[in-house]
Formats: sequence, structure tokens, C-alpha cells
Amino acid sequence: MAHSGINVLFEGHNFVRLLGGLWTTVWIAALSLLIGLALGALLGILRTFKNRLLRLILRLYLEFFRIVPTVVLLFLAYYILPRMMHVANLPGSLMAVVAFALWVAAEFSDIVRGALISVPKHQWESGMALGLNRHQLFRYVLLPQAFRLEMPATINLATRVIKTTSLLMMISVMDVINIGQQIIEANNHLYRTGVFWVYGLIFVFYFLVDYPLSRWAKKMDAKQAD
Amino acid sequence: MTEEILKVAHLNKFYGKRQVLFDINFDLKKGEVLALLGPSGSGKSTTIRTLNGLEDFQSGQITFEGKNVIPDEKHWQELRQKIGMVFQSYDLFPNMTVLENIVLAPTKVQHREQKEAEAEAKKLLAMVGLSDYAQSYPRQLSGGQKQRIAIVRALAMHPDLMLFDEVTASLDPEMVRGVLEIIKKLSDEEDMTMLIVTHEMNFAAQIADRVLFLEDGHILEDTPGQQFFKQPQTERAQKFLESMDF
Repeated sequence: MAHSGINVLFEGHNFVRLLGGLWTTVWIAALSLLIGLALGALLGILRTFKNRLLRLILRLYLEFFRIVPTVVLLFLAYYILPRMMHVANLPGSLMAVVAFALWVAAEFSDIVRGALISVPKHQWESGMALGLNRHQLFRYVLLPQAFRLEMPATINLATRVIKTTSLLMMISVMDVINIGQQIIEANNHLYRTGVFWVYGLIFVFYFLVDYPLSRWAKKMDAKQAD
Repeated sequence: MTEEILKVAHLNKFYGKRQVLFDINFDLKKGEVLALLGPSGSGKSTTIRTLNGLEDFQSGQITFEGKNVIPDEKHWQELRQKIGMVFQSYDLFPNMTVLENIVLAPTKVQHREQKEAEAEAKKLLAMVGLSDYAQSYPRQLSGGQKQRIAIVRALAMHPDLMLFDEVTASLDPEMVRGVLEIIKKLSDEEDMTMLIVTHEMNFAAQIADRVLFLEDGHILEDTPGQQFFKQPQTERAQKFLESMDF
């Protein structure tokens, strides 16, 4: 037992590197969520409007992002989009944020729309009967009520985004998985069981980030039940 | 009884191909109380909802305070500040306190001072006997209390006309009286012009200056209140009153 597998984690800067990878994962997820939720809220509101063409376009947008696998979205954003726009060498992390934010916006628009239309029709009517215009109706009456309804689904979406960042290695972003893979390959001859320890640690990392979110969603759900 | 507040002329309404209101004609003078009576599905609620643009109509003309109503969203939104409406299901906003519910439209729509609006809201709350509930949330109130606050919320806009759409229909019997008393007081003391859809015949008999009796989207009678309850002109209305046994 000269080389216990767990030591692979503490060889050189390995642990710090893995933490750095986790940070990359977290900031890409957080930034994508921030942009995606803002855009998605707007699209969700627009999807409750009567204009049919607008609704059709937004519906197609949602279906596109829902149907196309996330890996393909990442490839599109990283390899194909820059070439079409004739720009070279955009960093993978930036394009990942673009792809993820658009995906989040699509998913969130559906959550917002669903929440808005499940606010009782009487609430819309009594708001209108008081002379509120559409903007005021959404701002003071509908969105605050919809917000409560959409919380659990939104937190679940956030946990999905965080998990899906594991695909970032496909476009060479140095996220926690990619760094873990490098460490495993570099130390393979010394630590035969290194793969278990590295992925074990990555499992713990993801768990620590996602579990509190998932607990929070569950709590919100229970709160709404009563 | 001089100034004409509302005039409805030859109003027809369809849901798709099905016609639900047929050539509705009536007018309403300042201070007058008009009760819309009739069996379920006769078009009472549809009529009253058409009068503040919650329902559209296909032909005819509504005139409010001497001006022809242009039935688009923008103009209705202006008019709704002058036409208050209270619904069967009260519909206070659950995300706001009672006081916030009342001052929302006066401050945001009419751009009145927060302080002034709150002072008035408190005065109105006192009038309906609910001064202690300004900071409560709607879920903490009974149905009757919510409905009284919904009335206050509409009054805070200083409307010239109030529409009441079956405001006591979903209340417990012992709550009904308090709400009706407030409506009566509005008529007696404030001389408020009102249009009331109700199933409370006793109340209608007490308060209505005139009665419109509707069936299947037609106005069958437009009769002074006293007379309607003593001797209605149509046999249909007579049967209706008998069936209500009040």
C-alpha cells in the first residue's frame, strides 16, 4: 500500500486545481442562469399575449431548445456559430454561457407562462377593473403571484443546469470534470485506483452544490401545498 | 334626476356565432340605482361586464357621461377609473395587505399622493367597520370582510358609477347583510349611481329605483322598482318573482 489511491487528490496542486474547476463550473452555471432567467421571464410574459405570430415564434424557440440535445447546442455555439459570424477563437466558456443562457431562457419562459396563466382569471379582471394598464397588472398583481408558483420548478432548472455543465469538457472548457480527467490520466501509472477517488470527489462537489438547492425546492413545494 | 350617466343603445353581443345579448337598451341617471334581475344564464352578468369592457360587443353604442365609448383597451382603461366594479369572488390581491390593495390603483393609476390615498383608505375602512384590518392579508379575513374591502378598493378611485356583480352570491348568509347595508348606505348617503346584479330580491326591492328584467339575453321589462315587485308587467317576471319566494 505504498500508494493509497486517495493521495492522488493531494499530489502536487491537484486538489486546488479541482477546486478551480469547480469554480469554473459554478460561475458558468450562475451566469447562464442569471442571463437566462431574465430573458426567460420576458419571453414568458410575451407568451401570454394574444399575438399569435409572436406566440408561435416563441413556441418554436422553446421547442428547439427542448428537443436539441445540450451537447449539440454546445457544439453549435462553439464550432459553428463563430464560423458563421466570421469571428475566430471565442473562448469556450463564453460560448457555453451563450448556449446555456438561451436554453435556460427557453425552459424558464415555459415556467413563467405556466405560472402566469394559473393565476386565477379573476385576478386579471379585478386588476383591469381598477384601471391598471397591462404593465401595472403584470408588475403589481400577476408577477408577484406567479413568482411563488414558479419557484420550485426554477430551482429544479438550476440544479439541472449545474449538472449539465459536465458537458463543458466537450468544448474544451476546463471545468471540474475536464480537470479531473486530466489528473486521472497524468497519474494513471502511479495511482491505479485514482479514477475512483477523483470522480468520488467530483461527486461530492456536485452534491454539495446541488443538494441544498434541491432541498430548498422541496421546502417551497411543501409550503405551497398548504 | 337630471344628468344621464350611462346610456346603452342597441347592444348586441355574440360568443362566436351564438348571440347572447339581443338589442339591449337602457339608460341610467345620476344617483339612480338599477337592478338587473332574471334567471341564471339570462345575460345579467354579461351585460354588466360589457359596461366596463371586460366583455366586448359586436354592435350597438355605449355612452358614458355624454361621450360615446370607443371600445378599445386604451379607452376602457381610462373609463374604468370612473366605473368601479365589484365581483362575486371579491378578488383582493393575495400578495398585498388590505391597505396596499386599496391604495394600489389610486397611487399607480391616478398618481395620487401615497399619504393622501392611505388617509382616505383608512377613512373608508372605518366606514365599513374594518379599521383594524388595514395591515392584514386577505387570507386572514372572512368572505364578508373581503367583499367589504373590495367595495372600499373600488370606491377609493372615486367612481361615478358602481357595478355590483352578484357580490353576495358566494357569501355565508350571515355575512350578506353587512355587505348589502354598505351598498344601501352608498345609495342613501353618497347618492352613488349603481347597477346591481343580484339574487337577493328583498334587497333589490328595497334599493332599486328601476328594475331591468332579463331572460335569454332580452330585456323583457324596464320597470320602476316599486311597481316591479308589486305588479310586474310580464307573466314571465311574475313567475320569476313567485319562484324566488321572498
